[in-house]
Amino acid sequence: MRAIVTVIGKDRVGIIANVCTLLAESGANILDISQTILQDYLTMVMLVDTSGCSLPFAELADSLKTRGEEQALSIRIQREDIFEAMHRI
Amino acid sequence: MFNTTEIMQTNEMIDSQHLDIRTITMGVSLLDCPHPDISTACENVYNKITRLAANLVKTGEEIEREFGIPIVNARISVTPISLIAAACDTDDYSPFADALDAAARETGVNFIGGFSALVHKGFTVGDKRLISSIPAALSSTERVCASVNVATTKTGINMDAVAQMGAVIKSAADMTAHAGGLACAKLVVFANAVEDNPFMAGAFHGTGEPECVINVGVSGPGVVAHALRTVKGEPFDTVAETIKKTAFRVTRMGQLVAQEASRRLGVPFGIVDLSLAPTPAVGDSVADILEEMGLSRAGVHGTTAALALLNDAVKKGGVMASSHVGGLSGAFIPVSEDAGMIAAVESGVLTLPKLEAMTCVCSVGLDMIAVPGDTDASTISAIIADEAAIGVVNNKTTAVRIIPVPGKDVGDRVEFGGLLGSAPIMPVTAGDSSAFIARGGRIPAPIGSLRN
Repeated sequence: MRAIVTVIGKDRVGIIANVCTLLAESGANILDISQTILQDYLTMVMLVDTSGCSLPFAELADSLKTRGEEQALSIRIQREDIFEAMHRI
Repeated sequence: MFNTTEIMQTNEMIDSQHLDIRTITMGVSLLDCPHPDISTACENVYNKITRLAANLVKTGEEIEREFGIPIVNARISVTPISLIAAACDTDDYSPFADALDAAARETGVNFIGGFSALVHKGFTVGDKRLISSIPAALSSTERVCASVNVATTKTGINMDAVAQMGAVIKSAADMTAHAGGLACAKLVVFANAVEDNPFMAGAFHGTGEPECVINVGVSGPGVVAHALRTVKGEPFDTVAETIKKTAFRVTRMGQLVAQEASRRLGVPFGIVDLSLAPTPAVGDSVADILEEMGLSRAGVHGTTAALALLNDAVKKGGVMASSHVGGLSGAFIPVSEDAGMIAAVESGVLTLPKLEAMTCVCSVGLDMIAVPGDTDASTISAIIADEAAIGVVNNKTTAVRIIPVPGKDVGDRVEFGGLLGSAPIMPVTAGDSSAFIARGGRIPAPIGSLRN
């Protein structure tokens, strides 16, 4: 199953490394990454494959959210289908 | 892959514009539940609902977490109880309401609809008993919703039912006087009621529906209002296009959730209802959309035209986004559940006559209107008759959900809490309609109904 991870927060050293480590620990495979920095704020969007994931999707979502909050980041993971539905005919 | 802007746009709609799935409603047929013994019949009802809807709330929560889209309510609609209870030789159908309430608690849904009767052409014995049981049933239960269909375009208006519903509403208000007449907030009087409406309080599972079905109601007034902010001062052609595009996106989300819920629960997908349903939250208001179009307040001259455009554009945008559109599918204008409408009433701009005009061009009708507690039953019946006439002649659904709040008068306010919100008491037009309502009988179907 493919999912989109979005990370938003104040830019600093190591954000991408942290998020990638979190995903790697859970077995989510990163397929694509795009990031923009507007003023001091980082917006990162990742496409990941969660089919090899060791956790159920909902638990992965919760752990990303919690670990993000610990580092003052908003991290969310959503199934790709929602964006497909909204932006593609 | 999607570009960052698209992804952030979706998440911004969810985070700050109140985009959500308003309800996943499971329709359950109770046609196999009747029994001459009322306690056995009620047990059948309870068992069937709790069996079929056991995983409804859990499934909604799972979908919410995986897609990151809030699903605000899970609800159940059932076959009109007047049909199910008719086999029981008893005058009081309240035990069925108790069984529905218990089933709602057990399954975790916040409302269950279908304590209903369809009497647009006349009453059966079961219909009569159900209607007379409504005040007690709604007063003694928390989550049960009732509805009565008193008119259709095909049959005209059952004025005996209209007259009776005025008295039923008064009685329901009196029996819940301590809570501001709360029972009336759970009671809808319909013309041209639909069988697959997922929204409360008017949902019931029609007899043309399958054994069990999933219907979804989307929402998103905040998203539409936000989109319109980007086209300030542009002509109406642009306004309509902007609303259509937004409605398309919102509805696609609803379709996705409906299909996913249907697959996970192993229950057929019924319809997506395209209604723009507001909540009392600031920024989740249909009135805000009308005001964004250039009106200083909802209710000023121009409001009916603005609402007509909105209602039409939402349908046009939504219809391509879903394989099956149904339910009520239009903008809702409940007063107590919409912060902008409340403000408009309190400023004196939005009045009952203007609301009545607005109901000609949108779904559903006079919804969540609080009026003085001393409003007499025949005046309430006359308000229902006016709305039914609008529905019957215009071949659309209309409804009345009106609360004569005991002990309150114009200038006061009533609090219902939660999604039901709070409402300022609105004045009704002075005068007497009692001789009109006392006539009874049926208002014949309009000539426009003869289409064969």
